[in-house]
Amino acid sequence: MTVRPGFLQGAVWKSGPFATLGRMALGRLVQALLVALVIGIISFVMMEALPGDAAYRIAAGRYGYDMLTGTAAEQVRIELGLDRPAWQRVADWVGHILVMDLGRSAVNGDPVSHALSHQLGHSVMLAVGALFFALIIAVPTGTIAGLRPGGAFDRILGGLTVLLRALPAFLLGIILMLFFAVQLGILPAAGHGHGSHLLLPSLTLGIVLAAVLSRVVRNAVAETVASESFQFARHKGLSMATALRRHGARNAAVPVVAYLGVQAALLVEGVVVVESIFAWPGIGHALTHAIFERDVPMLQGTALMLGLGFVLLSFAVEVICLALDPRRRA
Amino acid sequence: MTLVPSANQKIVITPHLMEKKMRVFAQTMIGVGAVTVALLGSTPASLAQGRTDVVVAAPWHVNGMDPASDGYTFQRMEVAETLVDAGPDGALRPGLATEWQVGDDGLVWRFRLRDGVQFHDGTVLNAEVAVASLNRAVTQPGILQNLPISEIAADGDTVVIQLSQKFAALPATLANYTALILAPASFDQDGKVISMIGTGPFKVAKIKPPSSLSLTRFDGYWGEAAHVEAARYISTSRAETRALMAESGDADLVFTLDPAGYSRLSLLEQVEVKAVPIPRTIVLKLNLAHPALKEVEARQALSLAIDRDGIAAGILRFPDAAASQLFPPVLADWHDPALPPLSYDPDTAREKLAALGWASGDDGILVRDGTRFALTLRTFPNRPELPLIAAALQDQWRQVGVELDVSVGNFSEIPAGHQDGTLDVALYARNYGLTPDPIVNAAEDFGAGGADWGAMNWDAPDVAAALSKALADSDPAVRGPAINLAVEAIQRDLPVFPIAWYMHTVAYPDALQGVVIDPLERDYELSKLRWAE
Repeated sequence: MTVRPGFLQGAVWKSGPFATLGRMALGRLVQALLVALVIGIISFVMMEALPGDAAYRIAAGRYGYDMLTGTAAEQVRIELGLDRPAWQRVADWVGHILVMDLGRSAVNGDPVSHALSHQLGHSVMLAVGALFFALIIAVPTGTIAGLRPGGAFDRILGGLTVLLRALPAFLLGIILMLFFAVQLGILPAAGHGHGSHLLLPSLTLGIVLAAVLSRVVRNAVAETVASESFQFARHKGLSMATALRRHGARNAAVPVVAYLGVQAALLVEGVVVVESIFAWPGIGHALTHAIFERDVPMLQGTALMLGLGFVLLSFAVEVICLALDPRRRA
Repeated sequence: MTLVPSANQKIVITPHLMEKKMRVFAQTMIGVGAVTVALLGSTPASLAQGRTDVVVAAPWHVNGMDPASDGYTFQRMEVAETLVDAGPDGALRPGLATEWQVGDDGLVWRFRLRDGVQFHDGTVLNAEVAVASLNRAVTQPGILQNLPISEIAADGDTVVIQLSQKFAALPATLANYTALILAPASFDQDGKVISMIGTGPFKVAKIKPPSSLSLTRFDGYWGEAAHVEAARYISTSRAETRALMAESGDADLVFTLDPAGYSRLSLLEQVEVKAVPIPRTIVLKLNLAHPALKEVEARQALSLAIDRDGIAAGILRFPDAAASQLFPPVLADWHDPALPPLSYDPDTAREKLAALGWASGDDGILVRDGTRFALTLRTFPNRPELPLIAAALQDQWRQVGVELDVSVGNFSEIPAGHQDGTLDVALYARNYGLTPDPIVNAAEDFGAGGADWGAMNWDAPDVAAALSKALADSDPAVRGPAINLAVEAIQRDLPVFPIAWYMHTVAYPDALQGVVIDPLERDYELSKLRWAE
């Protein structure tokens, strides 16, 4: 195989978009490693700091209250070595994580990675579905409102946004269930296993996301339309639609994408509630139960996945912004 | 007019590229839309006509496959079975063992196994396999661990259990879910359960912990085969969701409804609801070593201050659920209709407390020797009515001058507080039907030294002796008086306060036939279900 001379020293790697991308990727990789370590240790310390005896909590998670006794708790303490010093248990976890082993759940003894692959998959499906609904609701409505800021549509949308954002996700979920599953009977109320089960929880989360997103789209569009460059495009005779497509969409998209990245935090908060109301087996559900049951390996695993998810998401947002905005590629 | 930031320049230069991107975006959107429509159009299995499956929704997780922790789900879903079975009335009947008897000394029990029983993997059930399963079960936390078993061995087609002391309730204990019999391939070398291979009419198709369990009919079942071909269990933690699933037809057998969901579903024509009394009692546990609780008159006064009828009608919405004694009428041997019922009489309660030297302080709370009558109640939210009942107790006790702090936390705080002695009072629901014969629980809860979910610092050697006697002897002439003695002593001494008896609530569609609700919560009887033509 012949390599073109100068390929590796080529200008494209030293500077230009690929170099920017490479620098970003390296930065994020370092960040991911730090995040992993910090999350693992912090979640351990936080669980240690909680009041109550971990052996009792774990035994409670395993055997339920009909069978939980002091004897069961002592058996769990011995089995899991909970009486060892905390530093030994942290060192254990770090040692395992170095060989990519997340350990076993304290409650059911299954490998954490096994549970996570199942639950993370469900949560990603839910997040993608929510994002899809958020975009198809927020982008058209926000754009129409942004074209006429202060107009009737803008005001109605503003009111709706406040109303929907003030509505707790679980209430919205129940309203949607009542309407689509009970009244119309076209969608299943809750559960998983069939594609249609994804629609209501995604729609619930999507609406919550869309509420604020539509305002961001509206502001971005309004700002773009008011900009001199856009006015110039209109003056040179382009129709509104063409001007928006050629001179508006890309400009307006940058803040919207950046905002969506920030919204991921909201998505996690919503996921916990929405997963529980729709009996959806995702990572939010796993996280809350890991905390209740003091399942430290499971908590560390879920928190790690969420942390790495954030790093990945920030990276994706940066890459998309880079693609959208050539000024950033310098 | 200033012009041309570089970003716009770029767009202006490549309008075709931009249009192409827009087109790709539009096509993607149309594609995603089409998938959505397809998803909407195809009806999920649970809405289809001509059903051959049933879907169960209940609040409990499927954490794993170990009988010690999750056996109840596999027993209820008819995946695995025990040597001894029990009917809805609690009467023992043959399970994987067809008959059993105890030797004259009361120490050697022989359980003869059923012929021709196959596990889901084709292995044949024999005594060695059953012995291996039981030998593992007795090492796990649970009620089997406390049995006086010295050896479990195989003898031909018989499982022989050698006891170190008499224990007449052994067959009833072996009906518990922790004693499920699994195939040898269910365990790894360390005894960890790696797959759930039982002998029941349904076999496991898929387990997705903690949320669901899918089963298919097992055609090699020794008994009558199931009518439905498949069954699914969905762990649904929220009561609101379960009620909506019953209403929309997404679940067929929905267990444990909240009062609001129950009344709403009972108005619907296509959904049937049932409330069955079960041997589970909402109990207030008291630390009898606490200075304010050690006098029996004080406990009687606190009990008289509780409006049980109000709690049953207002919070549980079942007026008959108010507990007049600890054991509900469904436990016929343990419920004594002649016992004077626990009543509500706050005036008498105040008089009794005054007679003990408690006098009202500045803030209306009773004081004696400079100490306020203040207690902390521990309870937990897993059963949503418990915190509400705790709040009602707080208010009702305040009326007689007793301050009650309510601490809602994890239920493990109750046994932990029992063990370290920091507990004042605790509110929980105790299942006296864990084994078909309540003696096993009763002897543990009210026997010598009390128990995590029973009496605390109650000094009643006569009760402990009577319960041991009832535990050892199955002769009704011995058991009857012993049980009566214990039941009367509990009602008189009040080591725990019964508050309400539980109702097990279920909803199912009209078209589902053969629904039997087992008050012992051992069996959902799925194999008997069939859909109306």
